[in-house]
Amino acid sequence: MAREAIEIAPSPISEESPVEQKAMSPTRLALRRLLKKKIAMIAIVFIIMFYVVGASAPLLSWVGVIPSYNDQNLDNTLQGPSWEHPFGTDFLGRDQLSRVVWASQTTVIITVASLITGGLILAVSLGLLSGYVGGWVDSAIMRVGDIFASLPSLLILILINATMKDQVRGLAADLESFTGIGGIVKSGAPDYFLIAITLSLFGWVGGARIIRSQILSLRETEFILAARAVGAPTSRILFRHLLPNVANIIIVSLSLGLAGIAGSEIVLTWFGIGIQPPHPSFGAMIFEASGVRTLNVHPHLLAFPAAVVVGLFFSFNLLGDALTDVFTPRAR
Amino acid sequence: MDSGTTSYLVRRLMWVPVILFVVSFVTFALGRLGPGDPVRVAAGQFRDDEAFERIRAARGLDKPVYEQYYIYMEGVLTRMDLGESFRYQDYDVSEIIFPAIWRSAQYNAVVLVLTLSMGIPLGVFAARRQGTWADPASISFFLFLQSIYSLISVPFLLLFLALKLGWLPASGWPRDCNVTLDFLPQGYECIGVLSAEAVIPIIALSLPAVAIWGRYTRAFTLEVMREDYVRTARAKGIPESKVMTRHVLRNALLPLSTMIIFSLVGLLEGSFFVETLTGIPGIGRLAFEAIGGRDYDMIMAIVMLGAVTFVLASIVVDIVYTMIDPRIRYGARSN
Repeated sequence: MAREAIEIAPSPISEESPVEQKAMSPTRLALRRLLKKKIAMIAIVFIIMFYVVGASAPLLSWVGVIPSYNDQNLDNTLQGPSWEHPFGTDFLGRDQLSRVVWASQTTVIITVASLITGGLILAVSLGLLSGYVGGWVDSAIMRVGDIFASLPSLLILILINATMKDQVRGLAADLESFTGIGGIVKSGAPDYFLIAITLSLFGWVGGARIIRSQILSLRETEFILAARAVGAPTSRILFRHLLPNVANIIIVSLSLGLAGIAGSEIVLTWFGIGIQPPHPSFGAMIFEASGVRTLNVHPHLLAFPAAVVVGLFFSFNLLGDALTDVFTPRAR
Repeated sequence: MDSGTTSYLVRRLMWVPVILFVVSFVTFALGRLGPGDPVRVAAGQFRDDEAFERIRAARGLDKPVYEQYYIYMEGVLTRMDLGESFRYQDYDVSEIIFPAIWRSAQYNAVVLVLTLSMGIPLGVFAARRQGTWADPASISFFLFLQSIYSLISVPFLLLFLALKLGWLPASGWPRDCNVTLDFLPQGYECIGVLSAEAVIPIIALSLPAVAIWGRYTRAFTLEVMREDYVRTARAKGIPESKVMTRHVLRNALLPLSTMIIFSLVGLLEGSFFVETLTGIPGIGRLAFEAIGGRDYDMIMAIVMLGAVTFVLASIVVDIVYTMIDPRIRYGARSN
């Protein structure tokens, strides 16, 4: 604690003193603080492993490390953990470990897609626009945000996914016949698309509000005035001067939203309106395994996916907490 | 309240009808656009086209969506008529929805009291131990509790407490009500939360909530402990217990109180998963069933109740906030 305080505060004495104080950018300082947090580092390692394994699921199964997510073996159903199937097999004789890896891929796709569309593109552009332009643009964006924020989001997410699924599938089928590319509907892409889009639709409001409030105070500062005085175009002011100054907040709000996004996909699929079988998802695995009688006889069906999901959410929460600490020095 | 705050609140209140209009229309249209046909559910055994047409006309479903919306909203606003359920034949939505809210509210009230009384001391404890191993350990513990979705915790609770040990029943709502309050109107008299059945759902609902209160309390307490007047109080030689209760806690609980107001609104909301998994006939399970069964008016009523209470609650929180903390001024813009 005390050592950090010395590093951060550039006291007037240190300038004359012979002790050389190395200059460090705020980002490097934050990174150093993050590296000192052991629990957070464990969480980050877990998240990175999860994303690497999840993203390389097709590769792993192509190489032959794990079977594909729908390789059934009806002679070998509902087996407990063994050397051959470390997580056991499910009621269709599919290897649970490979189902978990493929379900991780689903989580990876959904979180990355809605983070980029909703968390980054929508939230950042609308927040910047709202804060910097102001006036009726600001009012319009913020009122639309109010509407989204006042909806009971889980209920509406379920409603949209339940009602729009057939429309989106129909659009995908049209796209298939128009472009001649087959297998779009069969690949399950419309399901992923719909979930990611609806999640980003609800995911931008919080981030945009925070960014806007920061921009509101930043745009009154001298360095923005100076940039404007030397004739910098608006785009340069926005992206070179304002954006780097809110990058911290963007990172924190993105990390805090991760668990919610991953959780929403699991919940939607649990309801039966998210990712459709045979495409794997933690939501479907948890749903199939959570009957009390099933759980009593075949606890491995729920225990392994549940452990991975809880581990992932725990890591997301630890990461979000650590980043909040690191980037908002006042709260330390 | 100063004039800036007043005009800010007036502006917000003026937006309420607009927000509610958009929310209601979108929800209404979404329900109507979806696949599945409630007419077939309502028709029951009379499965011919003539019967379908008759029901469709009787419910006004043959008209365009905006006209249906107009008819529906007219009923809501002039007669307080929330419509008729498709799934529960011959029942009005309000006859079903309000008893369900009452049942959910019983659980939520117990959970709120329980989690506040555990979360606040835990949060203060964590804040007092800042800089020692106990602080990160307790935060990690809170975050861990928050990471266990009820989708996962309820099956395991049922497995161990109900099936393996046999201590508790597996259903979340008593079949025969032990505790009734006869002065309450019919449909509301059962206090189902006072039963052995309620224990598992209450545990499942409480675990993440304790963690949330604990984290908030810790953050607010730390904020106040850094204030100069706390240092002054300590310097004057006031005993630590008195500094904590008089100077720190009082001010730390101020922001917490607005969150409690928000969760009072949350009393009216049910939990989808806990209620569905344990079979509590509350509002969460009702919503679950309504979406599954395309029960248009029921979905509409649940979403709108949620939106109305949320919008009004956030305004009430703003007002209460300015009353308990006079330093806060809304609408004051520099420049």
